[in-house]
Amino acid sequence: MSILECKDLTKRYGSVTALDQMNLTLESGKIVGLLGPNGSGKTTLIKIANRLLQPTSGELLIAGSRPNEATKAIVSYLPDRSYLPEWMKVTELLEFYQDFYSDFDCAKAQELLKTLQIPDGMAMKKLSKGTKDKVQLILTMSRRAKVYLLDEPIAGVDPAARDYILRTIVSNYSEDALVLISTHLIADVESVLDEAVFLRQGKVILHKPIDTIREETGKSVDAYFREVFAC
Amino acid sequence: MRWEFESSRPIYLQIVTFLKESIASGVYPPGSRMPTVRDLALEAGVNPNTMQRAFAEMERDGLLHTERTTGRNVTEDTAVLEDLRRSLAQESVDEMLRRLGKLGMSSGEIVKMVAARAEEDAGRGEKIE
Repeated sequence: MSILECKDLTKRYGSVTALDQMNLTLESGKIVGLLGPNGSGKTTLIKIANRLLQPTSGELLIAGSRPNEATKAIVSYLPDRSYLPEWMKVTELLEFYQDFYSDFDCAKAQELLKTLQIPDGMAMKKLSKGTKDKVQLILTMSRRAKVYLLDEPIAGVDPAARDYILRTIVSNYSEDALVLISTHLIADVESVLDEAVFLRQGKVILHKPIDTIREETGKSVDAYFREVFAC
Repeated sequence: MRWEFESSRPIYLQIVTFLKESIASGVYPPGSRMPTVRDLALEAGVNPNTMQRAFAEMERDGLLHTERTTGRNVTEDTAVLEDLRRSLAQESVDEMLRRLGKLGMSSGEIVKMVAARAEEDAGRGEKIE
């Protein structure tokens, strides 16, 4: 069943075209990599899906609706930067999430947070970048959402933290949900993906299952990406 | 620990090979219960759908079967297990011959070398079957 659909989706910033009549249909139950070089439109697409940006033309539908309050209730979003109030303690963030999202599973979040061993009462601003990223991810994945939109979840953290983050994603997403992971660190995410979407200059140039790409090209998706986007 | 995958082949096929070797070598003994798709996917660091696909392939081959009450088990059919052992061994032999062929060795030379090596191991008291 298609849960996220783009129809001739276009976004222009002045004279710059970020998304160019993009068409894309994504189904539930899949982990999909949104892959493309810097400036290919990954973040713009995710921001439109969260109604942080409006399309210039065309449309993006989530479960059949343009982004609105109802779609926000089923979309769990991890932005590409820290967005949580720095002064808040982790325990306060849990309450914050509970207030905002009816699908937030607080017990699950607490369980996952335990492994990080964050001292009680520690404010976000006292945590390292890696730990902050993990806290944000745990909050995002502890919602029982239909769509998870994860913008660069593994950028800027060490390899061990990357493994932790990917494991947390795979072990916690609802199985009937769509997980869309935008990244340019393809080698790290490749084995957890069902499908890859290659974006170039705001257009989808490839959308296939990972193992189909490997079968057809005899290359890893990472190697194939380097070939397609060679400078 | 995530499993290591080579880049040129589909991941699900590499999982199938790895699990077949694990069954043939007794890591998963005949009749034993396999870990769940999700647990094994986590251990391998792969997508659960990919692990599911590997399991489905092994069910088609008769190596695994699903029982409603006990989950997914390794077959106890000794003929199937013997076939598995032989086909994995055959693959190794084929691979060895391919590599030695590239070095320009004749089959006669290869057989001699293998026999000599086996004798050497036997001399050290290692078990040859």
